[in-house]
Amino acid sequence: MKTIEEIKEIRKNKREELDLRVNTKADTREKHILVCHGTGCTSSKSPRILENFKKIIKEKNIENVRVIMTGCFGLCAKGPIVIIRPEDTFYSNVTPADCEEIIQTHIIEGNRVERLLCKDIDGSLVNRLDELNFYKKQKRIALKNCGVINPEDIDEYIAFDGYKAIEKVLKEMTPDQVVDELKKSGLRGRGGAGFPTGKKWEITKGYEADQKYVVCNADEGDPGAFMDRSILEGDPHSVLESMMIAGYTIGANKGYIYVRAEYPIAVKRLQKAIEQARDYGILGKNIFGTDFEFDIEIRLGAGAFVCGEETALLESIEGKRGQPRIKPPFPAESGLWGKPTLINNVETYANITRIILNGSEWYSSIGTENSKGTKVFALGGNVNNIGLVEVPMGTTLREIVFDIGGGIPNGREFKAAQTGGPSGGCIPAEHLDTPIDYESLKEIGSMMGSGGLIVMDNTKCMVSLAKFYLEFTVSESCGKCTPCRIGTKRMLEILEKLCSGQGTENDIYRLEKLAVNIQKASVCGLGQSAPNPVLSTLKYFRDEFKEHAIDKRCRTNECKSLAKIQIDPEKCKGCGLCQKHCPVNAIEGEAREKRVINPDKCIKCGTCLTNCPFHAIN
Amino acid sequence: MEENLVTLTIDGIEVKVKKGTTILEAARQAGIDIPTLCFLKDINEVGDCRMCIVEVEGRRGFATSCIQKVEEGMVVHTNTADVTEARRVVLDLILSNHVKDCLTCTRSGNCELQALAQKLNVLNIEFPGEMTKHEIDDLSPSIVRDFNKCILCRRCISACKKVQKVGAIDCINRGFESCVSTVGNYSLNDVNCTNCGQCIQACPTGSLHEKETIDDVWVKLKDPDAYVVVQTAPAVRAALGEEFGMPIGTNVTGKMITALKRLGFNKVFDTNTGADFTIMEEAHEFVERFKENDNLPMITSCSPGWVKYIEMNYPELLPHLSTCKSPHQMFGALVKTYFAKKEEIDPNKIYMVSVMPCIAKKFERQRAEMKNDGLYDVDNVITTRELARMIKQANLDFEKLEDSSFDNPMGEATGAAAIFGTTGGVMEAALRTAQDILTGKTLDKIDFEQVRGGDGIKRATVNIAGKEVKVVAASGLANAQKIMEEIKNGEADYQFVEIMACPGGCVMGGGQPIKSSKIRSEVDVRALRANCLYSIDEKSTIRKSHENPILKQIYAEYLEEPGSYRAHKLLHTHYNERPKYNFKEN
Repeated sequence: MKTIEEIKEIRKNKREELDLRVNTKADTREKHILVCHGTGCTSSKSPRILENFKKIIKEKNIENVRVIMTGCFGLCAKGPIVIIRPEDTFYSNVTPADCEEIIQTHIIEGNRVERLLCKDIDGSLVNRLDELNFYKKQKRIALKNCGVINPEDIDEYIAFDGYKAIEKVLKEMTPDQVVDELKKSGLRGRGGAGFPTGKKWEITKGYEADQKYVVCNADEGDPGAFMDRSILEGDPHSVLESMMIAGYTIGANKGYIYVRAEYPIAVKRLQKAIEQARDYGILGKNIFGTDFEFDIEIRLGAGAFVCGEETALLESIEGKRGQPRIKPPFPAESGLWGKPTLINNVETYANITRIILNGSEWYSSIGTENSKGTKVFALGGNVNNIGLVEVPMGTTLREIVFDIGGGIPNGREFKAAQTGGPSGGCIPAEHLDTPIDYESLKEIGSMMGSGGLIVMDNTKCMVSLAKFYLEFTVSESCGKCTPCRIGTKRMLEILEKLCSGQGTENDIYRLEKLAVNIQKASVCGLGQSAPNPVLSTLKYFRDEFKEHAIDKRCRTNECKSLAKIQIDPEKCKGCGLCQKHCPVNAIEGEAREKRVINPDKCIKCGTCLTNCPFHAIN
Repeated sequence: MEENLVTLTIDGIEVKVKKGTTILEAARQAGIDIPTLCFLKDINEVGDCRMCIVEVEGRRGFATSCIQKVEEGMVVHTNTADVTEARRVVLDLILSNHVKDCLTCTRSGNCELQALAQKLNVLNIEFPGEMTKHEIDDLSPSIVRDFNKCILCRRCISACKKVQKVGAIDCINRGFESCVSTVGNYSLNDVNCTNCGQCIQACPTGSLHEKETIDDVWVKLKDPDAYVVVQTAPAVRAALGEEFGMPIGTNVTGKMITALKRLGFNKVFDTNTGADFTIMEEAHEFVERFKENDNLPMITSCSPGWVKYIEMNYPELLPHLSTCKSPHQMFGALVKTYFAKKEEIDPNKIYMVSVMPCIAKKFERQRAEMKNDGLYDVDNVITTRELARMIKQANLDFEKLEDSSFDNPMGEATGAAAIFGTTGGVMEAALRTAQDILTGKTLDKIDFEQVRGGDGIKRATVNIAGKEVKVVAASGLANAQKIMEEIKNGEADYQFVEIMACPGGCVMGGGQPIKSSKIRSEVDVRALRANCLYSIDEKSTIRKSHENPILKQIYAEYLEEPGSYRAHKLLHTHYNERPKYNFKEN
């Protein structure tokens, strides 16, 4: 148990001690070697890098150097990442074997290890983290502490204004004032739908009940998305603190974090954070000497995508099959065990403490008219800088893909970006200058979603892409309502038909009709948004669908069944190598004569292509 | 008054309805019939099928009219182009994954899906595709599950889980692969199913139906060596007419007997006579136990679904169960002994058929305890629905049949026996006899209104021979569970408990004519059928079982007295703890 004074003391002392983390001019002889322990870096052995550093430092008896694990730095493509502070030197793609050299050259000799320095897209060496184009247009609010603090050390969180917001709220603000501040900030739900957060808190606060709950939706399920995961792994206390603020505001003393079991690191760090907070008396009874009590429990999801839908999530917490409920009533009125329940997602919570401490005016100065603040995106696909980015609302897609993301690799062209995962849509090149905010994305047939952003170059077939997302929804449909259960399956079947050359133009019409009606008639967000990938690709890439249906052609050759392999008689020299290698004897022709492929037998494996010395097969 | 009313507009019609009414109910009150499929009032209100979708002005997306409540000033459209198209697509999708062998389906003509396809004028399937495939489970003696016809409305699940609190079935798998199944996907026969058949009553399609055994009856009826006897349970006569388009609750006893005779049964008897025997035995058993304060409360045992339930769930309470066999088992035993001897028929040649409102009776009749001298008391149990099918097969125009009477010498029954078919009826019948035994007088007060009516649990304290007797009648296994918990936890001091597995009693049994969701929401089917039985009772000249002259004769000639050695051998049984799950090792 710590008194409020003791916590203030920790904050003051620790902040001084950690100044070098955020101040490149810090007057200190100490050095902090920060080793990224985000998901990507962890799986590329960053824990072993950390151990190696520690071992070498101990062996060499080096003083004034500390090795610290941190959350995600964002530029996952360059991982494992090691940053040395205060000078902010950015080493990329570090291996455990590089530790010795870094210690020797950088720490002991005071020179940079040139070969490990991060290179920008143009090939230039980057001395400091903030020189990277990747970071220049970013603004870190939700990710503020990620890459700065050790997520497993509550003192480091406290050092950077941690648990100051809850203190302020408890001591200086009434619940109404908190609601008011949130409403003025313009913060909207970061889970995808963008409901105004302050309004949600106000509604939940308004219901009288003997028990209320605060729930954190950490069931991030979009393929390729890891925004919430990174926050939980890099700054778990910020989520706990915001949930406490929510509890105080709506009148709840109990919180649940529903997190995927597939996020073991996040679960572990959350668990640790909760234990530390309880230890300090920050969670529990009489928090900071007030009447306020609050505690948080973790509930693990079993991997069902639909449990990211708030009512299905509640069912799952209650121990039932994860299936959505019909709304209304909304959880604010009847949520967990029928009690008023406030549900926000991780990223939304991560913004709350900052708003409380910096004020709504500051927050609302960032972003666009109706979408305030920043949004975190997991940038992936055919883009150079794969990773985690946080940008002010209103940043254009072009800025994200080309300035931050560094453009498309291999000199290819941008074809489309997919936002919102299986619930979202495709944005073609013509809309690259669309500012990213809730309304603009919706207008062009996509959605903000939780923040997945996948870039595709011109080798990607849009019909296959729609099929990919439908495969996902079909396997993730909970099976409750008819349109989603059977309808998405039928849509997938039609897409499979198109991709295999069995489709007709009527199938495109049927696909669209199904999509529109599934969107309207499904019970929950999953079903209602499942057709989005189809509808948006149909909207912008209808020609490709038609090519598949009518011409039986896939312009990207991604649809194998539609690919036609022919031998160019002009180029064929009759060597017979193709015939020799064909596994199904589909190539006909006598010795030294030009060969012909029998399309009935050909399985389009491509073996002949790679074996033709004259490039006569295409 | 006005405060409790909500005014809204549905399809341009202004409607005033009570607060808390659903949009669906409000529309129906206004004469607008919004289609439904998964909806089953008070039982399955989940909004899964999406047939009942409507547009509400100012609301994003469609509203689910079967669940969502009306609001003041709401403007509802049930038939816009968008709604009708979406509804049509949804129905198309349901049909695309449904085995459409309607001509040979047991529910043809009484299928809610078929009716919807007609209503929405579906002439072809626009979105055909892969269909889920399921093996048919017909191992249970009572229930056949053919999930190739299942539309996942989950009405059966709710009936089993919510109404009966048995939970033998639930949804497994996800998405397109979702299906209704048991623990470990075992046969219904090997899990905690009580064979009550409420799932069948809930099913809108032919996915769940009784295990039909009428072909065996036809074989025996055509076999010159077989002596085929039939008996009919009290509740059958109150519902059989429905299968021929007659109003719910029409008493068709006379026509039914004529039909059975025309079908070729050698003797047509009344299970009500068996019920009178049950009362004689049970009332005496109760009086003995009551006097000795031994194993009280005594719990009735004529509902085989209930008996299976208590064997599986409350084995420690089995000593409380009356040892009496159920009426048709008693009657079957007497037919193969007393009647066979009297008429000089070889009991081996007697083929005893029971027509029951119940499918658990199909299970009960083949229990090892239901045998006497190596012969089953009853050889075949068919349901009310199956009898109707036989009558149709035999080209009988049911409505035009003359009335006739049950055969002698076992064809007389009392009013007390008739009310056996409804919740509270067994209790009332037993009390009529018990009070006469206890007082030694013939009392005129024979109506026990406290245990009548449709409530799931009816508690009463009745005064018999100057003593207070605490009784309770519960129907539906969820209610039975409540009573058992009370007894188990010592929270109740009942002396006599009547339990029927089906909500409302045998009139609502799993073998009775199946009523659509719409009829069930608009009409109190239970009350109509129960009233039929109470009116039979009221019109009866003899209304107490112990006054039945046939009983007196059979006791005098054969059984000696209630509880005698022979009575025990033929009319009583015993129970065993039963495992809920019977999983075979692979």
